[in-house]
Parts: sequence; C-alpha cells; structure tokens
Amino acid sequence: MASEPQRQPGTAHALLRCFSYLRPYSRLTAGVYITMLAIVGLTVVMPQFIRWIVDTGIGGRDTQLLGGSVAALLGLTVLKGVLTFFQGRWAETASQGVAYDLRNALHQQLLTLSFSYHDRSETGQLLSRALQDVERIRFLTGRAFLRLVEAAVLLVGTAAALVAMSPTLALLALGTMPLLAYRALAFGRKFRPISRAIQNQLAVLTTRLEQNLRGARVVKAFAQEEAEIERFDQANERWFTLSATGARLQAINMPLLDLIANIGTVFIIWYGGLLVIRGQLTVGELVAFSTYMGQLVQPVRRLGMIIPAVAEAGAAADRVFEILDATPEVRDAPDAVPLPPVRGHVRFEGVSFAYFGRHHVLRDITFEALPGQVIALLGATGSGKSTIINLIPRFYDPTAGRITIDGYDLRKVTLASLRDQISIVLQETTLFATTVRENIAFGRPDASQEEIEEAARLAQAHDFIQELPNGYDTEVGERGVTLSGGQKQRIAIARALLKDPRILILDDATASVDTQTEHQIQLALRELMRGRTSFVIAQRLSTLRSADLILVLERGRIVARGTHSELLRTSGLYAEIYARQLRPQEEAPSPRRLVPDRQEAKR
Amino acid sequence: MSFSIGTSGADMGPRGALHRFGDQSEGRAFDRQIITRLLAFLRPHWPRMLAALVLMLIASGLTLATPYLVKVAIDQHIVRGEVDGLTTIALLTAATFVGIYLASAGQRYLLAWVGQRVLATLRGQLFRHLQALSLGYHDRNIVGVTISRVINDVAVINDLLSQGLIVLIGDTLVLVGIVVVMLSMSPGLALLTFLVLPLMLLVTWLFARRARVAFRQTRARVAAVVGDLAEDISGMRVIQAFAQEGVSQERFDRVNSANRDAHIQAMSLSFIYLPTVEFLGMLATGIVLWFGGQAVAADELTLGVLVAFMAYVTRFFQPIQELSQLYTTMQAAMAGGERVLQLLDTEPQVQDRPGAREMPPIVGRVELDHVSFAYDRAEHQSAGAPRAPEQNGNRAAPEDAQHTDGHRATDHPYYVLHDVSLVIEPGQTVALVGPTGAGKTTIVNLIARFYEVSEGAVRIDGIDVRDVTQRSLRRQMGLVSQDPFLFSGTVADNIRFGRPDAPDSAIEEVARLANAHQFIMDLPDGYATEVLEGAVNLSIGQRQLISIARAMLADPRILILDEATASVDSVTEALIQDALARLLAGRTAIVIAHRLSTIREADLICVVRGGRIVERGTHEELLRRGGVYRGLYERQFVDDGAA
Repeated sequence: MASEPQRQPGTAHALLRCFSYLRPYSRLTAGVYITMLAIVGLTVVMPQFIRWIVDTGIGGRDTQLLGGSVAALLGLTVLKGVLTFFQGRWAETASQGVAYDLRNALHQQLLTLSFSYHDRSETGQLLSRALQDVERIRFLTGRAFLRLVEAAVLLVGTAAALVAMSPTLALLALGTMPLLAYRALAFGRKFRPISRAIQNQLAVLTTRLEQNLRGARVVKAFAQEEAEIERFDQANERWFTLSATGARLQAINMPLLDLIANIGTVFIIWYGGLLVIRGQLTVGELVAFSTYMGQLVQPVRRLGMIIPAVAEAGAAADRVFEILDATPEVRDAPDAVPLPPVRGHVRFEGVSFAYFGRHHVLRDITFEALPGQVIALLGATGSGKSTIINLIPRFYDPTAGRITIDGYDLRKVTLASLRDQISIVLQETTLFATTVRENIAFGRPDASQEEIEEAARLAQAHDFIQELPNGYDTEVGERGVTLSGGQKQRIAIARALLKDPRILILDDATASVDTQTEHQIQLALRELMRGRTSFVIAQRLSTLRSADLILVLERGRIVARGTHSELLRTSGLYAEIYARQLRPQEEAPSPRRLVPDRQEAKR
Repeated sequence: MSFSIGTSGADMGPRGALHRFGDQSEGRAFDRQIITRLLAFLRPHWPRMLAALVLMLIASGLTLATPYLVKVAIDQHIVRGEVDGLTTIALLTAATFVGIYLASAGQRYLLAWVGQRVLATLRGQLFRHLQALSLGYHDRNIVGVTISRVINDVAVINDLLSQGLIVLIGDTLVLVGIVVVMLSMSPGLALLTFLVLPLMLLVTWLFARRARVAFRQTRARVAAVVGDLAEDISGMRVIQAFAQEGVSQERFDRVNSANRDAHIQAMSLSFIYLPTVEFLGMLATGIVLWFGGQAVAADELTLGVLVAFMAYVTRFFQPIQELSQLYTTMQAAMAGGERVLQLLDTEPQVQDRPGAREMPPIVGRVELDHVSFAYDRAEHQSAGAPRAPEQNGNRAAPEDAQHTDGHRATDHPYYVLHDVSLVIEPGQTVALVGPTGAGKTTIVNLIARFYEVSEGAVRIDGIDVRDVTQRSLRRQMGLVSQDPFLFSGTVADNIRFGRPDAPDSAIEEVARLANAHQFIMDLPDGYATEVLEGAVNLSIGQRQLISIARAMLADPRILILDEATASVDSVTEALIQDALARLLAGRTAIVIAHRLSTIREADLICVVRGGRIVERGTHEELLRRGGVYRGLYERQFVDDGAA
C-alpha cells in the first residue's frame, strides 16, 4: 500500500469538487437534508411527550393525556421511521450515483490515456483509486457529511430544549459534550495510524505467504523452508505486536467515551435531583433531560470517526482527480481527418523518442517500408525495437521527427481510423475473460461465424477450438478453460487476421511450446504476413532471411541495415549475432532444400 | 448509559448492521467436533479467558445496577426530598460507571489479546505445515485459495473463539438478569413488556436472512467491478490497439451500475430494519408508560420503577441483536474452521522416513531404476480446496500439463511414467526432449523427490532418495527454469536465496560468472534494486540470468534446467547459453529442452514420449538413427529455414 500523501493545499478544493458530483442528484440530496431536519425536529420534540406523560399524565392522573401522549409517541416514531427510510434510501441512491459516475469517468479516462500513462502506473494502484478512494468519496458525499450536519443541528436543538427547561442543569449536562467530542477525535487521530499499520502488516504477511506459495518449487529446490518460516514468523509476530497495541488503545478508549457520556447522567441524577427537591424542576423534566442526553451521545461519538474520514476523503479525492485531470499525451488533433484505406507505405523520418521526456530510447530513426514489405528489427533488449513498433499505431508520439503512412502524418489523422488498419500480435498475449468467439471478434464485433472460423482456420486454431468443451462459445480465463501459451497465441493471430489489417506488427517468437505447436504457430504467422506491410521483432533466421529490410538496432540507433546477405558482409555486429546465435539454427540436416528461401526463390 | 428511548439501534448504524449480518458462509452453525478442536487453541490462554469472563460478569452486573440506582434515587430520595441520600446515590452511580469502565476495558483488552495471539499462532502453524507439504499439494491448489485459508478463514475462527463465546455467555446472562430484575420489580408490567420480544425476534430473524443474501450479492458485484476493471487495465493496450474503447466502456458501465443497484438494494433493507427495531423499542416503552403510568397514578407502582423499566427496555434489545449476529459468526467460523483443519490434516505426500539419514556430499551419479509414477486420486482430494473437477484434472499433472494443447487428465489414477530406467554419470549433462505432457518434468520432479515414485527407485550415488532427509538432498541440488520465480526483495536477496549467509563479494562474483553483473549495475539501485511483484521490472532474460547466478551461488552438485532459453532475443540468449555453460561445468545436469539447437552438446539425449524413454543417444547417434528425434529436429529447422 502506498503511503498516504500529506494533505495538500488543494484538498479543500478537491472536497468541494466532490460535492459537485452530487449535482445530478440535487433533488434527492435536497430531500435528504429536508428529511434530516424533520427527523431532528421529531427527535427534539419526542422527549417532551415523556415529560408531559410523567408530569401531567401520571403526576396529574390524567389518563386521557397519558393515552394520547403514548399514542402520539408511537405515531411520531412511525413517522420518524418512514422519514428515516426515505432519507437513507435517497442518501444511498445519491452517493452510490456519485460513486457510479466517478467510476465510469475513471474508466473512460483510463481508456483515453495513452501508453505512456499506463507505463507509469501500476494496476494495483489504479484499482485502489477506483475502488477504495471512490468509496471514501462516496462516504463523504453520502452519510459522512449528512451526519456531520445532523449532529450540529441536533446539538443546537437539544441545547435549546434543555436550556428552556433548566439553564444550569443544561450547562452541567452539556458540559461533557465538548470533552466527549475531543476524546473521540483524539482517539481517532491516535488509532488511525496504528490501524493502518496493522493493515499494512497484514498485507506484508499476505505477500510473504503468496510469494512462498508461488515460489514453492524454488523454496523446496533450494531447501530454504526453515529460512522462509523464520521470515514469516517475524512478519507474523510484528503483526501481533501491532494488533495488541491497537487492541490496548481501543480497550482503553472506547469504554472511556462511555464513561465521559455517563458523567452527564451522574450530574442529572445529582443536580437534577436537587432541583426537583427544591421544586425548580419537575420529575418529568428530569426524565426528559436524561432522554435528551441519551439521544446526543451517539451522534457526538460518531464525530470521532467521521471527521478523520473527511480528511481521508480529501486525500482520496486528490488522487482520483489527479487521474481524471491527466491529459492524454496522444489524442486526436482538433482538425484530424480519418485515414482513408491505406496501401501500407510507412516512412520514419528522423524519429527520436524519449520516455517521460528524459530517457532517450530512439535517436534519429529514418527508414521506409514499401507496401507489402517485411521489415525485421534485430537488437538486444532495450535497443529500441519495441519502441519503434509502438510508434506506428501511435501509442506514443515521437519527440522529434515524423512518421507517415501513405504520406499522411500520423498526428493529423484520427486514432481510431489509424488503429483500425493495424494489427499487433506479440508473444505475450492478452485474452479477455469471455468466449473464444468474442476474443477472436474483438476488433470486429460484427463479424459473422463464417468469418471467425475462417480466421481461426488460417491461424491453425480451428481444430483445437472445436475440441474445447463448448467450441467457440467456451469461456476462457479465470472462470473458464485455461489455455496454453501456444493456444492463446493462435487465438491472437486469428484476432489479428479477422481485422484484415494493411499493416502488421508482430514478433516471431513463440511462447514456450513444443515443436509441433511451434510449427503450427509459424505457419499461422506466415499466413498472417502475406501481402501486408509487416514489422517483425525477429528472433529467427527464417524471418531475417525473408525480410526485405533488416534494421540492426543498438542503444536506440540503427547501426546497420540491409538484407540478410548484405548485412553478413557489411555489419560486424550482425555477423557476430549470426555466428553465435543464428548459425547454429542453420546446421539442421537440410532445411534449405526442403523449402526454398524466399530471396533465393526471387532470384 | 441513560434511560433514553428508542436508541437501541443507533449504536450500529445501517452500515454496521449490514456488516454484522452479512457474512458469506452458510451452513451448520454448530459442529461439536470442529468446536472441540478449535477450542484446543484457547487452552494455553485459559487464565486470561477466565479473567475476561469474570470482568465481563462484573461489567454486566454493574450495568444492570444503574437503572436500579436511578429508581432508588427517585423513590427514596427525590420524591421524599432527601438531599444527603441523593448525594450518596449519585456518588454510588459515579463509582458504578468507573467500575464498568475498568471492567470492560480490561475485558476488551484480554479478549483481543488472546484472539490475536491465537490468530498469530494458528497462522504460524499453517505456514509451517505448508512448508512441510510436498510439491504435489502446491501443484494442485490455487495459491489464492490457500492464502484465503491462512488469512481469512483463520480470522473468522478468531471472531468466534475470542469474541463470540464470551458474547454468548455475557449476553445470555444480561438478558436473564434483565428479565429477573424486571420481574422482581413489577411482575405484571414486566410480563406485559415481554410481549414485544417475539416480535423483535421475528423481525431480526427475517432481516438477518435477507441481509445475508443481499450482502453476498453486493460482494459479488464489487468483485465483478474489480475483475472487469483489472482486466481492462491489464488489457488496455489491446483495447486501444483494436480501437475497442466503446465496447469496453459499455461493459464496465453494466457491472458498475449493477454494483450501484445491489448496494442500494442491500442498504434499503437495513433502512427498513433499523426504524422497525426503533419502533418496537418505542412500543415497549409505550406499554411501560401506558400501563405503568396508570399503575403509578393509582399508587400501585412507584415512579422510580417506571423510569427504571424504561431504561431496562432499551437495554433489552441489544443482546438479542448481538446473539443473532453470533449465529452468523458461528456459521462462518464452522465453515472456516473446517477448511483450516482440513489443511492442517493434509498429510505431506513426501515425508522424511523416521531415522532418515543425511545425504552425504553428492558425487553426482543419478540412477532411475525401473521407475513408474502415477498420480493418486485419493491424494488429490485430500488437498481440501473445493474446486471444479475440470480444473482439478488439469492441475493434476505437473507443470507440463499446463502447456498441453487440449490435454485433459482424468480423475482416476493414471500413470504418467512407465518403467523408466536411466543412469547419469557424475558430471554428465542429460537432455530430455519430447512433446509437452510426455513426462519430462515428472522425471526431474522425481529426481529432486518433489514426488515419491510409485514403483522402482531413484538413487543418487547409489543411495535411495527415500532413505535420506529431503533437506540434505535438496541442499545439493539447483534449479533453473524458463520462467524463473523471483521473490520480492532486492536482486541481491534473490541471488542469495539458497545461501542466506553469503557475503556481497560472493554475490557479485557469481553474478559476473552468470553474465548478470553488467545489467544489474545498470539497474537504478544496482544489487539493491527491488524486484517488483511478478518481477515486472526485469525482462525474462534478466530473470533467467539472476536465477542462474542464484543456482551458482548455491553450488549444487546436481542441476535441473527447465529449458532456460525459451523466449528471449538472440543477444540475450547468447549471454544465457554462455552462463549456463559455466554453471554446468563439473556438475551433473538434467536439462528439459524445447529448442533442440541448445542441447547438441549433451552427453546423452533422451526422447520422452507417453511416459517412456523411446530413444536415447548422443545428438549424432540419434540423427543417424533417423527416428523420432530426427523428425523433431527436421521440423524445427524447416520452420527456421523456410519463408
């Protein structure tokens, strides 16, 4: 869990902004506060009936008034109950509406934000913004603020009623309230950091456990069970120590609040009793006094929980609005035009790119891909291969230079029309937790069953899909069937094929699969590249041999370019990679005789 | 502490009410066997528990006394005008409140302390047990499920053990106490007031049932929101690449609004329940006022009794509400307890024999002598985690099965290795090749004794692995896999994993040998760089290099390589091959290979198919033979050579 940032100057503004989300629910909210006033009014009036009952009904032996008052009390309680129901329901509806709107807005914003944003953010963080932080805001705009106002109004109303009966006793009885509020707040302030520490420690404990379980094989292979137990015990004991501290704090303070509230009761019995004896107060008023005090204790005690929650909601709001206010780095220009269907002529003109404006990963990249050509990218991890392919669908914008497709500058066309004509198939495949069919049709939800099956066949996926429990309707992912890496990859290829893109981006690696599956995936990839401009992160000799242009990258620059045979002659680096890594692949019995090399075939 | 009216429900507030009633588990609330075994965990703490009980009784008794003191104050002193007596009563009341404070503070602390102590002990015990369980358990059980046993189920048990039992005793006594006091003060009025009780019970019962369902619903909806959002965030690149933002937003909107509606629905229930409880409280008060008031007017009852009755009535409902929550707590605790005990009862499949000796320093001769292996159905089920039969079958086989296309294991015992014999001489490298699911991983799992052979024997340096302790055996083995698991902690911590006492200099040395030093130094904090969850800040190649360094430092005699170079770029692959060559030198190694180009130098290549070794020999021998191996080899190079 991230440490809670200190409250920033903008927090008050953020709190106000939270309430602006209540605007669509202004009628409900008005209803909530009106019913609240009515409920408080009833709460202040009802003890007066008890006073009349005791003084007049019982003391004055007026049975009629007694019966009337009891009936009135019951009637008022019903009324109060009905009001309470509507107040609760309206407040809940409005605040759940706020949460719903905020979550939708966050989701929409995350869809809009570009890759550079998602590179920087962690899934867990974003989830906690959208869930816990929004929940805190919801609590604030719903019950928290309502209770705050209610407590204030109730305090004023009660004080008025008490003073009307006996100013001095009112002073004595209410005198404990500031102390109660203060202790409740002080306890909240003290307990919160500990409760957070306990939560964090539990998270540490859970992580330890999770790591141990996921790494069970490694733990056993290295015979480190004892060390693991020791580490877990440490975290576990620390959790216990923190929890015991928290428990002590709670044990001392929670009953203390009751004790303080009870001091008021002692005053009422003692001083109130004295007043009755002196004839300055009636017994009914004494009973009413006590009832009033009882009604006040809960709302005031609750302030101890609500006020810190408001502060926390402020911090939460800061974090949520930070996401909502982020500007997507890549977005449609105001005058963007749709990219017409392209032939696939891609040009990089002096393109440089730096992540977060500092870390240069590409420098002055210039090359050209003619329609239908295969461009192979070769280089070590971090040489800039992935960045080049990420620039083509405009996941990022270059920091310098420009990229054109069929002469259109990418920054002058709409994102949707551009990405519609590009497909990407990478080794690490993301499938969604839905049916196989929907996964394949992901880019074209309107595709017919025939088209989907055709794509699957070309991707060598049709056969295994048919063997799944429900064929194309089989659910995949957590709730459904677990697919192997090779199966996922072929579904991703089918997904890309169905989109029928003009431009294709892929890597030719196969997830760790056996030889048979690998063979099928390579067949599928070949099918996919046919007739499209393709950019391939190359790891295979076959790809390099067949490429129209190989770009050898090192530290963000193109250090060599050409075809396979040209590069063998001209590039030392390429020759070295070839000698160490690629040539061993070549020493197969007689690959070239089995299938002719594309370039040889051309000659 | 007042004789207020109609606030009995205010203590919890709607949210509290839901949480209290809304526990997930349904089922029996009482199982003597489970309770007995769970109570055993409390035994070491019985003096504290007893003290807590005594304190609770004191607090409850004093709580019952205060309305009585008020009655005395009114009847004996206020009405009669006795100022001195009134002061005494006021002081007595104050003393009572202080006594309540001390007793309840002590009781709360003791109970919480015991509860958390038991919780920590139980978690420690579970963790120890998990370390003892063999890999079979870990292969079969989803990590999240086991975590939930250790974290959540244990907490639920604690709720019952530390709070629940005392609440049960305390509340029951308070309830009986109130009934007795009221009956003794005014039997007639008391009986009339008790008429409200059945209504209260009915309302609470009705509510608790519905709230459980409604609250379970809200939890499912929240989970759906989390699930959808998490998936969208991790698949964000695909969504944007395919320009499917609209569809994604629509889907999220659906789960999001379902979540909103479920919450409003559930909360509305408590907005009905709480006012109803308040009304019943007022009804009881009304009975007291109406009948009691007339009695007072007729001088059949004192005013003090009437006021005391009003106070007792409000206090009446609390224990009933708490007892109804307790029922839910008990249901949850029984279910949780059963699962936790089941986990504790799971026997490790692989155990050290009594009197197992230490494995002497290994020379490195590995022998599989007519080894067969079958997964046993009974052992699957002892694992305890309830799961779909389909998943169970899928997971039943070791890792190999997870990659298998369309492969599904059946639930009855089935053999995955048949009569495998193999001798590896010290220092040799043996490669296992073959399709997924053939049994390659099973062979190495048996050599490391992660599983026990069904028939035959595995011997190292002539010693049956079953005759030595697991620890002494595995200390001399190392493992490098294609997707190596790194723990959170620093890079140095990870390299040090097998030898926690290794000095920094040794770590750097092995990192150099493993070709990892250079990239580690390029990391933001060098060796002190934290490995993030899932090691996302390292590439697969870097993870592999670190795991090679980790194995080097452990200096094993026998090495298991699970194809360490599956999916990295050519340059990194060269680094890895180079590092592996150094790691393998002078050690016995068993390599599970997918890419045939990497194993040509192996001393022996075994082709595994259908749980048998179908071909064995060196690379050249096997190529000459023209069998399965040659077929595999040619196909791989067709892919590489063709366009």
